[in-house]
Amino acid sequence: MIEVCQLRKGFGTQTVLDRVDFSIEKGESVVIIGRSGCGKSVLLKHLIGLLMPDAGEVKVEGQVISRMSERELLRVRSKFGMLFQGSALFDSMTVAENVGFAFRNRTGLSPSEVRRRVTEALEMVDLRGIEEKRPSELSGGMKKRVGLARAIVYQPEILLYDEPTTGLDPIVSDSIDQLIIRVRDRLRVTSVVVTHDMRSARRVGHRILMLHGGRIYAGGSPQEIFASPDPVVRQFVAGVSDLKTVDS
Amino acid sequence: MQQTLRTWVSDWMQGLGAVALLGREAFQAVLKSRTPWRELLYQVYFVGVKSQSVVLITGAFTGMVLSAQTYFQFHKVKMDTATLAVTGVSMCSELGPVLTALMVAGRVGAAIAAELGTMRVTEQVDALRTLATHPVDYLVVPRLLALHIAMPVLTLEAIGVGIGAGYLVCVRLLDIDPTYLWANMLRYTDVPDLLTGLIKSVVFGGVIALIGCYKGLCCGEGAEGVGRATTEAVVYASITILISNFFLTMALGPLLAGL
Ligand SMILES: Nc1ncnc2c1ncn2[C@@H]1O[C@H](COP(=O)(O)OP(=O)(O)O)[C@@H](O)[C@H]1O
Ligand SMILES: [Mg+2]
Repeated sequence: MIEVCQLRKGFGTQTVLDRVDFSIEKGESVVIIGRSGCGKSVLLKHLIGLLMPDAGEVKVEGQVISRMSERELLRVRSKFGMLFQGSALFDSMTVAENVGFAFRNRTGLSPSEVRRRVTEALEMVDLRGIEEKRPSELSGGMKKRVGLARAIVYQPEILLYDEPTTGLDPIVSDSIDQLIIRVRDRLRVTSVVVTHDMRSARRVGHRILMLHGGRIYAGGSPQEIFASPDPVVRQFVAGVSDLKTVDS
Repeated sequence: MQQTLRTWVSDWMQGLGAVALLGREAFQAVLKSRTPWRELLYQVYFVGVKSQSVVLITGAFTGMVLSAQTYFQFHKVKMDTATLAVTGVSMCSELGPVLTALMVAGRVGAAIAAELGTMRVTEQVDALRTLATHPVDYLVVPRLLALHIAMPVLTLEAIGVGIGAGYLVCVRLLDIDPTYLWANMLRYTDVPDLLTGLIKSVVFGGVIALIGCYKGLCCGEGAEGVGRATTEAVVYASITILISNFFLTMALGPLLAGL
């Protein structure tokens, strides 16, 4: 479904991604882990064509999206839904307008039908009766849910999550994880979740990839990653800053 | 010194090229009727209302000071009744469009850069793109068209208020004969003068919208980036307005002389 080949990307003199290779099958749920600033968001944005690689390519269902123009990409992007790190809700609009945005210029859908789909999407993320609120009136966890509703309302095939649980308390984080699993199972979507929350990674992923030093450093099932003898992986999984303390 | 000047000029040229590309993209979007009408309406309202007071005050006081100063000079050669003609011509072809554009650049151009810049740094522009909406169609086109529509109207207001206020100064404060004053104004202020002003205002509207949008959409990270984008939008738009005004005058003069 998604193939990334020899992807390279730098900003100025800094190389962020250096030959990243992986592929994601249809229906799979992949978690990409890595330290803050290692380029996870940059990688995720390449999958949907928000950033263009310096070298290498990204293929979605056989189409090379990394050589498309912005207008061609718009069509491909309707397959995708994306939840942004900061939710990225349109702050000049109400919640309902945010969620229904994708239907804005889709003809053949009556306003009442749009309203019904919006309410349905909001119910899916356990939010009711906040249609007329503004994003500035919502808490962080609610914003993430509205962001998720906005991403799933047009039933995309692939969902990209950029740190869905970062900055939320453990209980809200857990509910977001449950939502990701629910959306994955009900809508049968392919999910790519970027996170550095190991608890969340273990729960939502069929497969975990670790980004380190600009490339995919390790990959495997959650069990394999959590049992990995590799010091870099172990350090990250255990969440310690000093490698020597990992074993004790 | 020479180095900074050279980088400044090359930056300016590069920016101008990018703005021209943005303009082409927006123009194509308009041609393919991808205009979001609701946003356009809102933007016209926003531009019109937000700039009303500054434009009126600027127009009035410019017309007044211009008339007074012209009178002080003309009075020496006994040409008192020609005073308002000077005000009329300068307001129509130069001061009306330029000062309106500079005021609108400060209000609307800055607001556009700040709004789009904030949208960019909070990833709202990326969100727009993931929702299969081209930022040029949704953000640039309505703002560009709104300024193209609102600028001539605002300029006409400034010209009208300027001439009116100048007339009052001449008649009430300077005791010039109203009949001759008005007749001379009409005689020397021609259609080409007014047309020059209106064409300029449309061009300046495009300059303000495109530079504001470009600075906003290419804004740097964080609050600092938005601040810089806003300042730069106003500065670059103002400079571009003043420079292009000279060339427009030189080009439109002979072009419209035949009318
Ligand atoms: N638009 C950009 N311009 C310049 N540098 C960027 C840009 N986006 C990301 N970076 C840099 O790329 C690196 C990786 O960023 P990011 O992918 O956001 O990290 P994370 O893994 O925490 O999501 C960071 O060092 C950041 O400074
Ligand atoms: Mg990130």
